[in-house]
Amino acid sequence: MNEIGLEHILFVSTALFFIGVFGFLTRKNMITMLMAIELILNSVNINFIAFNKYLYADKLDGLFFTIFIIAIAAAEASVAIAIIIHLYRSLKSIDVDDADLMKF
Amino acid sequence: MLNFNYIALIPLLPIISFLIIGLIGRRYFPVFSGLLGTLSLLVSFLLSAFVAYQYFFEFGKVDGVYQQIIALKYVWLQFSPNIAIDMGILLDPISVMMIVIVTFISLMVHIYSIGYMHGEPRYATYYAFLSLFTFSMLGLVLSSNIFQIYIFWELVGVSSFLLIGYYYEKPSAVAASKKAFIVTRFADLGFLIGILVLSYYSETLDFQTLIQRLTTEGSYLSGIAGASFLGCSALTWGLVLVFAGGAGKSAMFPFHIWLPDAMEGPTPVSALIHAATMVVAGVYLVARLFPVFSNSGPNALEVVAYIGIFSSMLAAIIACTQTDIKRVLAYSTMSQIGFMMFALGVSGYHGEEGVGFMASMFHLFTHSIFKALLFLGAGAVIHYVHSNEMKDMGGLRKLMPITHITFLLACLAIAGIPPFAGFFSKEEILLACWNSNKLIFGAAVLTAGLTAFYMFRLYFSIFWSKEYKSHNTNHDADAHHGEAPGTMLLPLIILGGLSVVAGFVPFSHLVTADGLAFETEFHLGFAIGPILIAVSAIILAWYMYCKESIVPQKIADSLKGFYTAAYRKFYFDEIYLFITKKIVFNLIGRPAAWIDKNIFDGFINLLASVTESISESIKSLQSGKLQEYAIYFFAGTLGFVLLFIYLWA
Amino acid sequence: MNASQIIFYCIAALIIGGGILAVTTRKIFRAAVFLLFSLLGIAALYFYLNYEFIAAVQIVVYVGGIVVLIIFSVFLTHASGDVMKKPVLWRAVFSALAAAFATALTMLFITEQHFVATGNTVLAPTVKNIGLQMLSTTEHGYILPFEVVSMLLLAALIGCIVIAIKIKTKE
Repeated sequence: MNEIGLEHILFVSTALFFIGVFGFLTRKNMITMLMAIELILNSVNINFIAFNKYLYADKLDGLFFTIFIIAIAAAEASVAIAIIIHLYRSLKSIDVDDADLMKF
Repeated sequence: MLNFNYIALIPLLPIISFLIIGLIGRRYFPVFSGLLGTLSLLVSFLLSAFVAYQYFFEFGKVDGVYQQIIALKYVWLQFSPNIAIDMGILLDPISVMMIVIVTFISLMVHIYSIGYMHGEPRYATYYAFLSLFTFSMLGLVLSSNIFQIYIFWELVGVSSFLLIGYYYEKPSAVAASKKAFIVTRFADLGFLIGILVLSYYSETLDFQTLIQRLTTEGSYLSGIAGASFLGCSALTWGLVLVFAGGAGKSAMFPFHIWLPDAMEGPTPVSALIHAATMVVAGVYLVARLFPVFSNSGPNALEVVAYIGIFSSMLAAIIACTQTDIKRVLAYSTMSQIGFMMFALGVSGYHGEEGVGFMASMFHLFTHSIFKALLFLGAGAVIHYVHSNEMKDMGGLRKLMPITHITFLLACLAIAGIPPFAGFFSKEEILLACWNSNKLIFGAAVLTAGLTAFYMFRLYFSIFWSKEYKSHNTNHDADAHHGEAPGTMLLPLIILGGLSVVAGFVPFSHLVTADGLAFETEFHLGFAIGPILIAVSAIILAWYMYCKESIVPQKIADSLKGFYTAAYRKFYFDEIYLFITKKIVFNLIGRPAAWIDKNIFDGFINLLASVTESISESIKSLQSGKLQEYAIYFFAGTLGFVLLFIYLWA
Repeated sequence: MNASQIIFYCIAALIIGGGILAVTTRKIFRAAVFLLFSLLGIAALYFYLNYEFIAAVQIVVYVGGIVVLIIFSVFLTHASGDVMKKPVLWRAVFSALAAAFATALTMLFITEQHFVATGNTVLAPTVKNIGLQMLSTTEHGYILPFEVVSMLLLAALIGCIVIAIKIKTKE
């Protein structure tokens, strides 16, 4: 334990991932669910960078994945916000349990 | 002259005319369909007469024995190397005789119907059905294979159903046609089982092979005679069951209930079907299988004889009390068919012992002529009077002279007065009975006397009795107060003439049980007894019915209970209805319906309701809430991960 | 304990603590701010691992773009000051247990694994190298994904406008 190894960083990313999952499954507000999704995506980013640095230092593939994930996360967050705003106009609430139109 | 293809035309012409008239006749040539039907039948009759002439006088006889010739044969359905249903034409004395009878009577009826059914809205349909019936009957008599005869048997039943129920607006006609079809169909169940029994043991369905195997000593005969069921051999069972089918079609006891009701159909139909052709199908069937009956199944033959005489007597008693003229004629038919049946029943096979067989066929021949004449004459009377009841008639001899004379000729023939046709055939029957079974002989003589009595009761009530008063005053009077039109009179005249001379055909030279001709003798001493009985019956009828008198009513009152029972046809209909409704329906029908509704349907309903309740209980899984779906997804993924990593390897 | 280890643990605490607070707090603005802290922590982690470029991208895009976007949407849906409702109990309990269990399971897999590093020469993640790699068409070149992602961003842009646009109904 005198060196920060790959496992430490992987622990951080794993914990962050499951924190994000917990938040996604628990939060009632649509915007806070979106925040949890961002946490999940970031945990994946950490994973890529860690593997790139520790296992594949001669290539930059992990880094590029991270860049692209960041770009895509940005796009997805903006589309999600647009949908939430549109839904807010119909339902007058951002409670995710109010959007149960697809029930039986 | 051995080219037989034209024989196939005999049944084919009627079926083609059925198709043409049935499909396009009603629309395009309604009036001409009658002529088309009649013409096709005329050609059929001429061909049949030609075949008969050729068969009986040119090639049929080989060494003095009339042969059974297979004219055409076509393998239709091959079940196994042994058993096949072939469609074929069998020529043999009885089948040739039958095709002549069927085509001739059918032709007479066709001509008669041009006048009788004139103006009917469904005129073309009527002729189509007549052609269908003629085709079916011809197919029946020409069958070479026992299954083929069954097929045509059913077709005849269907045609009869269509024709009895021709006036389908009348509920009584509909009920009568249903009754006829159901009763005969029920009897045909026995017929089918009989066919199966016989063909199973003889391993063939072809008539010639079947008869040969079941009459000569060998493995087939011992097999079927050996297998026994409830005390009787399988052969007896098979023959009795086949006879049951025949009894249904021929209106023998206990299947006779449909024949009186079948008089709801038009009168020419009654003449064709219920006098001359369809009802003799049962007799024909027994005659066709006669070698098996007489050589190997004498028990079955006794059953035939006793049922025949019983039906005959029953019908004769009932006929004495009926007031509807068509019903009298219907019971008379049943009685005469009974004569034919018991004549077969007491017959032997070889040579002179086969006089019963010959007499039965002879009586079939003559009976068809005078019974058809009686019905057509009755039709003319009904056409004139617009009623079936005797009380509405009387004194018609001056108003309908030709009908009167021909009707009288037919009555004399049926009563057995020489030299008319019925005398010769009836005398041969009585001779056959005297030679084998004195009890049946006595009953037969009694029945013959009753026959003469009720037929002349009918005759006197229609044509003498009282002066005729027309019941229709606002009828367009004078147009109708003449005799029937020419098309109706022509068949009457032809048939009247034939009923005088038909007795002189030397039948015993032509149609016998084993094909050999024999001479019949005419014993004056033997014949005089029945003649005297018949004459005295006629005198009795003259006394009671020639003028209106109270004698019949007094006799009826003195016989009180018996008279009422006879008038009500001995309550057979009520008994059968009771059995079906109270016993069969309640004990079998209702429980079966209950099982079907509650158990079978209930089971399916149970499956459906279980599915429904399961689905109700799990439908809340689809709540529409995103997070719940995500939870299921996450939990499922976790489960799969655990499963694959820890439990798979 | 080196200084670098201590620094790492502090960064890790920031990340995880920010994350937990972001998903459990009941005031929405605070959740956004805790998210911001968590993302800053992640950027610090990238700096710690000597991937400066990614750290910069993280701060610029995530913190400066996405968190701002989220805060704007909070304003637009008029939810800024309210206290949010409590989460459904069975969901919370189940998710917590499942998440904890899954974390433990994953860590078990990771610790059992023996990671082998390649012994090749290290390619330093300088901006020059990143640029050369990103725009090269040879093997390990990322020009194609680069173009595709730019298409994606365009599509997302147009899509957002279309979804969120208010259609004026004609009275």
